[in-house]
Amino acid sequence: MGTTRTTEILVGAFIAAGCLALFFLAMRVSNLSAAANGDGYALMARFDNIGSLKVRSPVSMAGVRLGRVEAITFDQDSYQAVVTLRIDAGYDRIPADTFANIYTAGLLGEQYVALDPGGSPDYLGDGDQIEHTQSALVLERMIGQFLFNKAAEGSE
Amino acid sequence: MMLLEPLARLGRSGLAALAGIGRANLLLAAIVAGLPELLLKPRLLIAQLYSIGVLSVLIIAVSGFFVGMVLGLQGYYVLSQFGAAESLGIMVAASLVRELGPVVTALLVAGRAGSALTAEIGLMKATEQLSALEMMAVDPVRRILTPRFFGGVLAMPLLAAMFSALGVLGGWFVGVGLLGVDDGAFWGQTQAKVDFREDVLNGVIKSIVFGVVVTWIALFQGYDATPTSAGVSRATTRSVVHAALAVLALDFVLTALMFGD
Repeated sequence: MGTTRTTEILVGAFIAAGCLALFFLAMRVSNLSAAANGDGYALMARFDNIGSLKVRSPVSMAGVRLGRVEAITFDQDSYQAVVTLRIDAGYDRIPADTFANIYTAGLLGEQYVALDPGGSPDYLGDGDQIEHTQSALVLERMIGQFLFNKAAEGSE
Repeated sequence: MMLLEPLARLGRSGLAALAGIGRANLLLAAIVAGLPELLLKPRLLIAQLYSIGVLSVLIIAVSGFFVGMVLGLQGYYVLSQFGAAESLGIMVAASLVRELGPVVTALLVAGRAGSALTAEIGLMKATEQLSALEMMAVDPVRRILTPRFFGGVLAMPLLAAMFSALGVLGGWFVGVGLLGVDDGAFWGQTQAKVDFREDVLNGVIKSIVFGVVVTWIALFQGYDATPTSAGVSRATTRSVVHAALAVLALDFVLTALMFGD
């Protein structure tokens, strides 16, 4: 009887340790703790060019992460990219005239959506659209423009 | 007639392989059909969770910690050349949770517990204990194989979670403790990039699949072994080799399905 009891205790400890490890992976390693404080709300933004922005890219204001890119779709009427931003529920006072830019983290880093706050007393709510947007900088286009300007200078 | 002999041999081995797959599937169906009976006798399951799970904890914990430490060292070596040593946490955690945790755990369990299962069942067959059970009107598949199968299937994801968690701690120990990566950046970047559903849950699904495959192969090889000492020895070798190959091949398929796009 004693050995059965020891086995049962050890198996119980084993299952508890396994669940604890899974809990550790969920809360400490993955983003579940960030998603736990409510699902947040969605904002829409239209961009002429999103560069290499991806679903799950970060959305930040003043360098602090407020949410993530939830979906990217293409609007066939305006030929623009429609980006859905999922903002964490705690950040519910984003001014209505906020500016959305797509920046690159570092020279070769991934792209993210940076929000610059406006001065409006009204706040954006679930499903609202950010009116002012600026597209991603495409390096090839900038180099092309630079070469074009140089050539124009040279011909004068 | 002599000319056709190689062709006949090829056909024989092909048919034998097909018959083996068929027997393995029939056995799996019989094992799973014993589940309701097992739920009435949970003590049988607990004994198997002990011998497959608890007794594997030490090897899993030690290997997980060391694999994590090696990942930390190697990752730091490459990432620091690009000035991205802060991303060490993502590298260690993502590779452990997605790939190394489930796969290495499955290989270790196949070597430690799978071989033991095959030898045990094979020896039971060789010493006619299985026939003796049948004589007493006890179904050996339901009584012997079903608890072992579900013990393995339940133990595998728990062991894989322990492996990954200790591996992340090992990577953290080397990166933050020894090499001076910033603690906040290590966890912050990891949490920003590792998704619960996409990475952690898919890793758990992987390890459940590996648990089914490894214990299934081990039990089938034991049950199907030639009942001699040489037969049991061959079956034990085959069990480990087949389980390792199946885990690695399945891992490729699962990774392509889960993270392919």
